[in-house]
Amino acid sequence: MEEFFQQLTNGLAVGGIYALIALGYTMVYGVLKLINFAHGDLFTIGAFLGLTLLTSLGLTDSIGPVAGLLVLAVMVVILVGVVGFLLERIAYRPLRSSPRLSAVVSALGASIFFQNAIMLIWGARPLVYPHGLLPNVTVNVFGAELPLIRILMFVISVLLMCGLYYLTHKTRIGTAIRAAAIDQGAAKLMGIDVNRVISLVFMIGPALGGAAGVMVGLYYGQINFTMGWLYGLKAFTAAILGGIGNIPGAMLGGLLLGVVESLGAAYISIAWKDAISFLVLILILIVRPTGLLGERVADKV
Amino acid sequence: MIKKQDILCLAGAAVFACAPLVLDAYWTDVLNNIGLYAILALSLNIILGQCGLFQMGHAAFFAVGAYTSAILNTMFDIPLLWTMPLAGILAGLFGLIVARPIIHLRGDYLLIVTIGIVEIIRIALINDVGGLTGGANGIFGIDRPMLFGLKIKRPYQFFYLIWGFCAVTIFLFHRLENSRFGRALNYIKDDDVAAEGSGIDISRYKLIAFVIGAFWAGMVGTIFAGKMKIISPESFSFWESVLLFTIVILGGMGSIRGVLLGAFLIIGLPELFRDFASARMLVFGAAMIAMMIFRTQGLLPPLPRKYDVSRFFSKAEGEQS
Repeated sequence: MEEFFQQLTNGLAVGGIYALIALGYTMVYGVLKLINFAHGDLFTIGAFLGLTLLTSLGLTDSIGPVAGLLVLAVMVVILVGVVGFLLERIAYRPLRSSPRLSAVVSALGASIFFQNAIMLIWGARPLVYPHGLLPNVTVNVFGAELPLIRILMFVISVLLMCGLYYLTHKTRIGTAIRAAAIDQGAAKLMGIDVNRVISLVFMIGPALGGAAGVMVGLYYGQINFTMGWLYGLKAFTAAILGGIGNIPGAMLGGLLLGVVESLGAAYISIAWKDAISFLVLILILIVRPTGLLGERVADKV
Repeated sequence: MIKKQDILCLAGAAVFACAPLVLDAYWTDVLNNIGLYAILALSLNIILGQCGLFQMGHAAFFAVGAYTSAILNTMFDIPLLWTMPLAGILAGLFGLIVARPIIHLRGDYLLIVTIGIVEIIRIALINDVGGLTGGANGIFGIDRPMLFGLKIKRPYQFFYLIWGFCAVTIFLFHRLENSRFGRALNYIKDDDVAAEGSGIDISRYKLIAFVIGAFWAGMVGTIFAGKMKIISPESFSFWESVLLFTIVILGGMGSIRGVLLGAFLIIGLPELFRDFASARMLVFGAAMIAMMIFRTQGLLPPLPRKYDVSRFFSKAEGEQS
């Protein structure tokens, strides 16, 4: 039982990361019907930027670990948001009215570009986050000893997700985002500046991904330039699992995928970990072809 | 009647066939790789280009074919080229089994499932399923292909084997494209509801497209195994599928000329960018974005179908009289 609880919480923590990245995929998909294959690499950029700022500015020493990490995270989020904004302007906007798959190839090109840019800037070898930033203590939850960082990670991802949910469902700008996702033409007629909405989505999504990158760096301690592929793929799986384009779906899909993967690795086989998550995805899609929370799309004739 | 276009094509092919005479072994080998990817991309083109199914896991079928040939050859000493039909059939059968339950999925859902399949295959190969696949090291000691008593081992010999096979592929797929079957696939791509309304059994046609593509990719797997002598799971990663996907879209979905040009660019360009050293893939990624922005339909999109209306009328008149 103890083992099960440990694996479950680990799965939830990793699932929170997947969910944060999946939100970027799903929001972009919602407004543009584009799979942003470069999103995983924006997440990697977040992790590397976080490390560079951490070691060069020394914020955690001057203003304390908690405030330091918080300021750091805000800086990373802004910087990655800017990269996302530029990405959309350069690689996707010219392809807005072209066939959908052309934009997908452009996204794949952007992914190759980012991955190699990261390699050229930070080197091909894995880098290590400094140890001991957060006190290495465990907390007793329902009789199980859980590492503090695991709990923090889960709490932060849930807070970010709640924040995003509030933004998209309770504010004016969020209404504009959802309107643009439903029907761009009609949204334009209602006086919504769709281009601005798309730019905004391309800042929010990567920003969440960048935050996830910093958390992965802090949790696992090691980062490398190719990690965006696997996390991106997992997060994309999560987004599809929940029903792509659906924001609560991405959250649910991410958490579910994290738990399935963690329990699968513990109780079935660690070598088959990645295969298990894809198998679950395929099985779910056979039963529910548009994901868990995805709406059925009726054909209009 | 011989058309001007056909003569030009034949002349071009004849000039191309002389390429190994002037190129050194390295560049001939580059051309061989281009040829292999071209055939694979042509087989993917049936699924993705002609039928419009988002398939990003084509390397899975390629892997099934290559491993079938390698296992039959190393364990049972069957000459490599004899295993080719079986490699194709097994890959096609595999395609049928995996595609059957997922064929109704829409665009992007199908995309992630095909990515999932290629990853599952790769993990299964690494984990040495049934003790047949040799785990992460793969299978080595595969025989060279023998053709009419000639052992094919040098790059220029492979050049003629691969591009000969490619020529056969182009001819057959060109015939397929202009057949009733090919037109049905194009109809499904453009409007599947209308196609179904016109009496096309869309799931059946989609499935046949999948099986043909998988069958052909499996046969390319045999040649690949003979060329490399060693195959390992790394050769069949998600990345290979992405390359093939890119070749088809960049070349122009559904256009054979476009796919050939795409293969030359996607496999050949990184070789030409060698001067940029470690930045070559960076330049390559930027080039991919630029090419898509300037040619949004792909480099050589398929020409619209043409029908000779006057011939139709003269035939109708002939029947009346």
